[in-house]
Amino acid sequence: MIGRILQYTVLFIATLFFLLPVYLVIVTAFKEPSAITLSSTWQLPQVWYWESFAQAWTAFAPKLQNSFFLTITATILSALLGSLNGYVLAKWKFPGANIVFPLMLFGMFIPYQAVLIPLFQFVREIGLGGSLWGLILVHVVYGLPITTLIFRNYYAEIPDEMIEAGRIDGAGFFGIYSRIVFPLSVPGFVVVIIWQFTQIWNEFLFAVTLVSSPANQPITVALAQLAGGEAVKWNLPMAGALLAALPTLLVYIFLGRYFIRGLLAGSVKG
Amino acid sequence: MRWFNNKDTLYGFLVILPSLVLLGIFVYGFIFQTFYTSLTDWGKDPAQALAANPQIRFIGFENYRELFTGLVDSRFRQDLVNTFFFTVFFILGCLGVGLGLAIVLDRSPRGEGFFRTIFLFPMSLSFIVTGTIWRWMLQPEGGVNQLPTLVGLPKGEFAWLTSREQIWQVSWNDLPFITALVVSVVLIFIAIAAFRGGERRRGYIASGSAALLLLWAFTLGRTLQPLPYDEPHGFNLAFIGIILAAVWQMSGYTMALYLAGLRGIPEELREAARVDGASEWQLYQRVIFPLLAPITLSAMIILGHISLKIFDLIFAMAGPDNAPTDVPALLMYLTTFRANQIAKGAAIGMILLLLVAAVIVPYLYSQLKSEVRR
Repeated sequence: MIGRILQYTVLFIATLFFLLPVYLVIVTAFKEPSAITLSSTWQLPQVWYWESFAQAWTAFAPKLQNSFFLTITATILSALLGSLNGYVLAKWKFPGANIVFPLMLFGMFIPYQAVLIPLFQFVREIGLGGSLWGLILVHVVYGLPITTLIFRNYYAEIPDEMIEAGRIDGAGFFGIYSRIVFPLSVPGFVVVIIWQFTQIWNEFLFAVTLVSSPANQPITVALAQLAGGEAVKWNLPMAGALLAALPTLLVYIFLGRYFIRGLLAGSVKG
Repeated sequence: MRWFNNKDTLYGFLVILPSLVLLGIFVYGFIFQTFYTSLTDWGKDPAQALAANPQIRFIGFENYRELFTGLVDSRFRQDLVNTFFFTVFFILGCLGVGLGLAIVLDRSPRGEGFFRTIFLFPMSLSFIVTGTIWRWMLQPEGGVNQLPTLVGLPKGEFAWLTSREQIWQVSWNDLPFITALVVSVVLIFIAIAAFRGGERRRGYIASGSAALLLLWAFTLGRTLQPLPYDEPHGFNLAFIGIILAAVWQMSGYTMALYLAGLRGIPEELREAARVDGASEWQLYQRVIFPLLAPITLSAMIILGHISLKIFDLIFAMAGPDNAPTDVPALLMYLTTFRANQIAKGAAIGMILLLLVAAVIVPYLYSQLKSEVRR
């Protein structure tokens, strides 16, 4: 009995801890700017004021568009490449594959500050400086280790007998991929796409260094700039934060199971 | 052809080759280039920093020497200390909260799925969103400080992110000595564990290294003075708010890891312990916690490398220019892209890489080795 009470007390306190910030964001976003004072932070709005969202939408719609374009393109490209790489590493181990794989994986843990300076120059030199395509290239390349890892672990579960059967039927490397492996890959793709979508949407360091012109900014950079300004009323950053959070939040709420699988795959062992 | 079993393996290699080349350039090529840049004076002369064809001279490890012992770079040293404290408290917080929640959820309370969803949702947010929210939560006159007034208590007075207080100050000159002491204590623990486990060779190596290190610490270590004067560094209280927000965001991750681990422990094992007369507490202490130890280690490493790299959360929460909440990852950005001290920024990037590699390389090695054995 005491155990039960303790259990629900812990759950109650933890829920407060996780949801209080959400409550604060929502009530602040719905308050009139003049009604936002520090001492009345926690009170519900007297009048529910929708104008902040309209303003945040006008300011952020182009940045959201940038983020969607960037995120979807880079996610699809890195997922496709990851699928092919994972297929190779799981089923067609070439000599040296066991050395190459850890070297690939290391790329997903490095602090990007250690590559940022040459990367910045490189992207500028190939003519993609400041553009979204430069950012897409960077996200595809640095996304390869994790997408390859997830697909490799996923394809390792496909029995070798199925591959063997395909070969006996006369299918080669590409035939086995397109007829046997790819059709089985849907859950793998869901995990990888959700993971990459969340990561790229939320990313900030590359976005803030590689994209200089405001027209190409993804949402994270725009939000950081808006909230970082000094004399800003808090209704706008809060409405903006909600807009920026919504796509990944919806993905999490509706496809949470796959999100957690990606999360656990990030700690290397499947 | 002799190298490949058949044509298909060759195709496989050709398919993966572009990815390998790209990663080779973007990871290893660029790291090497950063390392080379860090050995030059690029940016020392402001006129040369942004020139189309800057004149760059090779100056060896001068940038590193300045960062650790130079007069102007005391901010970098404070940043290292900041990262240390942030990492320790962030990991402890995530492990504690995550384990607690996992244990409670493992006992299948009503609405388990609902609670799990709530505890994990911050993981799907950007650090920028989290930072923006918590920046507002931690306004000194509002937010969290106003919470006590809701139940009639006086409002909190802590300045959170704008705090300038520093505690647990240590002189930079004492750090080699203290580090040596801490490492030897860890080594002694490893030695004791090894002797108990019957691995005598390992025990001798660990205790021998501990003895050598202690000898060094008390002889040369005391006289090694990186700076000609005492430079105090300590734990900036402004970090408490950042730690709070980071734990809010990431403890769901440890919860998910622990929960997966707990669900993997067969019920028979718990039953057997209960039949043997173990109390609930003993069950956790003797059976469950030891089984969770490998998960704790993995979580520490993953969280540790995240905390060493932490950048966006602080950028959004305290702003990039708030000195008390600075970390090397942020300083690298400011040094390189704001101050145009490119070579020094490269050196900071390399130091970060070394710190992360020290954590990650042994981890990857052990993970993949155990996989081959399976």
